[in-house]
Amino acid sequence: MPEPTVVGASTVDPTVVAADYFQSYSVVGLLAVVGVLFVAVAFGAGRLLRPVVPTPEKLLTYECGVDPVGEGWAHTQVRYYVYAFLYVIFAVDSIFLFPWATVFAAPGYGAATLVEMFVFLGFLAVGLLYAYKKGVLAWT
Amino acid sequence: MNDALDVALRLLIVFVVFLTFPLIIGQTEHKVMAHMQGRLGPMYAGGFHGWAQLVADGVKFAQKEDVVPAGADRRIFQLAPAVALLPYLLVLLAIPIGPGEGAVGEVVDAGVFFVLAVMGVGVLGSLMAGWASANKFSLLGGLRTAAQLLAYELPMLLTAASVAMAAGTVSLPGILDAFEWWWLPWQIVGAIVFFVAGLAELQRPPFDMPVADSEIIFGAYTEYTGLRFALFLLAEYAGIVVLCGLTTVLFLGGWHGPWGADGLGWVWTLLKTALLAFVVIWLRVTYPRLREDQLQKLSWTLLVPLSLAQIALTGIVKVVIQ
Repeated sequence: MPEPTVVGASTVDPTVVAADYFQSYSVVGLLAVVGVLFVAVAFGAGRLLRPVVPTPEKLLTYECGVDPVGEGWAHTQVRYYVYAFLYVIFAVDSIFLFPWATVFAAPGYGAATLVEMFVFLGFLAVGLLYAYKKGVLAWT
Repeated sequence: MNDALDVALRLLIVFVVFLTFPLIIGQTEHKVMAHMQGRLGPMYAGGFHGWAQLVADGVKFAQKEDVVPAGADRRIFQLAPAVALLPYLLVLLAIPIGPGEGAVGEVVDAGVFFVLAVMGVGVLGSLMAGWASANKFSLLGGLRTAAQLLAYELPMLLTAASVAMAAGTVSLPGILDAFEWWWLPWQIVGAIVFFVAGLAELQRPPFDMPVADSEIIFGAYTEYTGLRFALFLLAEYAGIVVLCGLTTVLFLGGWHGPWGADGLGWVWTLLKTALLAFVVIWLRVTYPRLREDQLQKLSWTLLVPLSLAQIALTGIVKVVIQ
């Protein structure tokens, strides 16, 4: 197999790339500041416009019109934790797809990366099948 | 100085789009839903077919008392709407609307990756609201939101990765530059999976179990009033804009049009986005709400396998045509 060649990277000055990188994300940061300002102004203006007349009844939580029983933070059985596991496994795996996706068809890769992809998909599919066999994906 | 002005202009445009497009979609939803259900919808506010209904709603929201329940975790409760809303503003910045560097808020080279990561943050707002409200129904709604995110984030990630594979880049303008018309049939399964998963992540009907009004009042948003409630609503509609825009860019070729109309790329983007937004509304009127287990089942046993199959197909075709 020929050595994979990295396209483009060697011809571009790394400092220029870094400058672009910081420039685009500083604009994102600037927009985030605009957003935070918008929310702050909206909340501030809301504070000036709205009436404040709290009564104990108003400050109760609304639970179908009946006075709430016990605390709001009740003990519940979190049935979703198995999916949380499944999700973490799958999501972490699929994050690695993105850097791979940009190079897998570059000259010098081709068939080998395709086989790798099927190994990768195979692992995910087996994981899903295993969860299915365990009855995790049946709810009734 | 010119650069600063340019950046300021871009931010302003993105911000204005962020404030107006959700309202336009909201008003369209009022009218479209009404006509699909054989009624008129808002007709009074503003005179002409109730065009100012949402403005009137906004005025009403701003005048409402802001009630924080006595038992609530005050800070978290008050911050939650902002956390739910702002990610969509950031995502809008990265969506290209026309060809060239000029027609996008800012070229973010990690485009797809950035967009999906930031969109995921929005759900935290619902979680915070559900937890901090000190209300059992809110807590249930919050947990349902979490379960829904866990199930549907995955097919979304996988199908987006499929497009990145096809284009060989994760930059959104880069993906559009590489787009060819035959990607449409090639990526159609991915497109449908992405759109459906996106709907579920926005908790739009038929995936609105987390806010199911007949069971848990309004889920995580039960205790919210006035402006904060309005911000949650705005977040939902901004989410529709973002989802439709992203589906357009990733799967429908964004500014590419069938007749290669030069200079009209942005019209195509807007047209496709609007069409998808209409589909979102249409689905709301058409389908009944899915039950919680049906929601999970749809994702894990249908959408995830489909998106894995799409990745396999993308990989094979891409390597064969090289």
